Amino acid sequence: MTEICFIPMGAHPRDISLDMLCEEVERILPVRTQLRTRPMDIDFALDPSRKQYHSTELLGALLEQNSTTDYKLLGITPYDLFVPVLTFVFGQAQVNNRAAVFSTFRLHNEFYGLPHAQDVLANRCLKEALHELGHTFGLRHCSILPCVMNSSTYVEDIDLKPADFCLHCREHLQSVS
Amino acid sequence: MTAFDPSDITIMIVDDELSVRQSLEAWFQDDGYSMLTAENAAEALKKLQEHQIDIILLDIKMPGMDGLALQDRIREFNKDVIIIIITAFATVDTAVRALKAGAFDYTTKPVDPDELSHLVRNAVDRIRLERENTALRESIDSLQFVDNIIGDSPEMQRVLEMVRTVAPTDSTVLILGESGTGKELIARAIHMNSPRKYFPIIPVNCGAIPESLMESELFGHEKGAFTGAQYRRKGKFEMARGGSLFLDEIGTLGMKSQVDLLRVLEDREFHRVGGERSVKADFRLICATNTDLEEAVKKAMFREDLYYRINVFTIHLPPLRDRRTDIPLLARHFLQEHATAMNRDINSISDEAMDVLRAYEWPGNVRELENAIERAVVINKSGTITPDDLPLQMSGTPAPQDADGDGSLADVERRHIKRMLDENNWNISRTAELLHIDRATLYNKIEKYGLKRPE
Repeated sequence: MTEICFIPMGAHPRDISLDMLCEEVERILPVRTQLRTRPMDIDFALDPSRKQYHSTELLGALLEQNSTTDYKLLGITPYDLFVPVLTFVFGQAQVNNRAAVFSTFRLHNEFYGLPHAQDVLANRCLKEALHELGHTFGLRHCSILPCVMNSSTYVEDIDLKPADFCLHCREHLQSVS
Repeated sequence: MTAFDPSDITIMIVDDELSVRQSLEAWFQDDGYSMLTAENAAEALKKLQEHQIDIILLDIKMPGMDGLALQDRIREFNKDVIIIIITAFATVDTAVRALKAGAFDYTTKPVDPDELSHLVRNAVDRIRLERENTALRESIDSLQFVDNIIGDSPEMQRVLEMVRTVAPTDSTVLILGESGTGKELIARAIHMNSPRKYFPIIPVNCGAIPESLMESELFGHEKGAFTGAQYRRKGKFEMARGGSLFLDEIGTLGMKSQVDLLRVLEDREFHRVGGERSVKADFRLICATNTDLEEAVKKAMFREDLYYRINVFTIHLPPLRDRRTDIPLLARHFLQEHATAMNRDINSISDEAMDVLRAYEWPGNVRELENAIERAVVINKSGTITPDDLPLQMSGTPAPQDADGDGSLADVERRHIKRMLDENNWNISRTAELLHIDRATLYNKIEKYGLKRPE
């Protein structure tokens, strides 16, 4: 069974139980999870002018610092992420490879001027974790709306899709895991 | 429409920054697009020669040839590829220059992910529409000239030769022929072989539209033009824009409508009912009738000036009895068509049945022949059409046209209408009055039953 290591990056995300997130992911994906407690240092990836962290560099660091294992690696950070040409990204992953990362920065209702909602936040985190991990299992964006691999450019897009894979994507996951 | 597969679309990223190329490549790969990258103009031009590229995301500021100059070079030999400019140094001047030179869109780095998705989705929608348009044009072009017009007889070959001659021109065509001879089929063949074939052909059965509604039907109307006109509605003249207008049974057009039509043909423009703005009339006119228009002109029932307007190129469609050599060909064609449609295993017509078909007068022409074969396919049980499968009135030759039919309600109606018409010397208005139906309904019934005025 594939093992996935959940790694906090920069700091522990606020208002989120990573233990619960691991359990939820194990419920949906045929994987075993483990959680690192100590956050990885990510200062090297900060772009001071943008006040954002370069997600591609975070993927590189995840691989570099875990080169002796063959786990899949899911970084979780409370800080905002970017790739150079885009204003932000919710997350980034290596397709059919080991490393993925997502940010909780834009998953909080407070970011949009709305009151905190714990369930909404937990749901969004689960969906982002599944989405980025899906990429590491070789899945591309899915055109089916009720599938967690459907592309999201707004937080509303994340809310619209379920925390599960469509039949087609699930078949793929079963064939590779 | 076929399902859309993003891998059918190839996107090339042209940017001197590796991180930009990599992040955009990864972004679009996740969506399933086929990706290429180039770090300068020379590499981009080379890849453009080697690959079929649909969309280029182009940076403006690059060492050597910049993005705008590269766009100009690309446009010299490729007008189709969609170019989206992405620049970190946006100015109004560069944006205007890029768009004037044919860029599809323009955006600034860093791009909002949603904006980028929209930009590319719009470009992909355009590509899909263009591909669909090309496929539709190709399928129209591949249609055979007179694919569904059947006839080897010299009379029919002459007709088809006339269709070939007149189709590519924009001349008005008048098709004369008895009911059921296939006038609409010929009109469509003319249209489909004309430069207007990519636009619609709009048929109007003049006999089926009451005179009071004809104006609004042809001209359309504005909202509120009359009681009940809740919306603006396009008329047939407007719907035929770029294509052909087929006025069937033009001999039944009322005097006011004749004046209206003549004015449109002369002015090449018209007003919607209740409208102030003139609308350009851009259609080719094809008319058809089974009435003697010259006679109608003499009796002042059809305007002489309109007659000369529409009588530019005339095609006479021979009645089926004048091209009997086509009957076996047509009969076999209809047999195959209806047997397939009804999933019946009937594949031949006996010699005796064919003799009956050849000998019959066919007052309802090809339409009547098709109906007879369809009926035979329904009732046949042996797999070969015999005289027993044909309508009873065909068994004697020449068939008395008012012979007893099959006793169905439709047959009784047909015979009653025919008798009333004969008794009233085919005066449509008087017959319609006696039958308590309007003229348009009577014309429809005459058409439906293939009734024909005695010579």
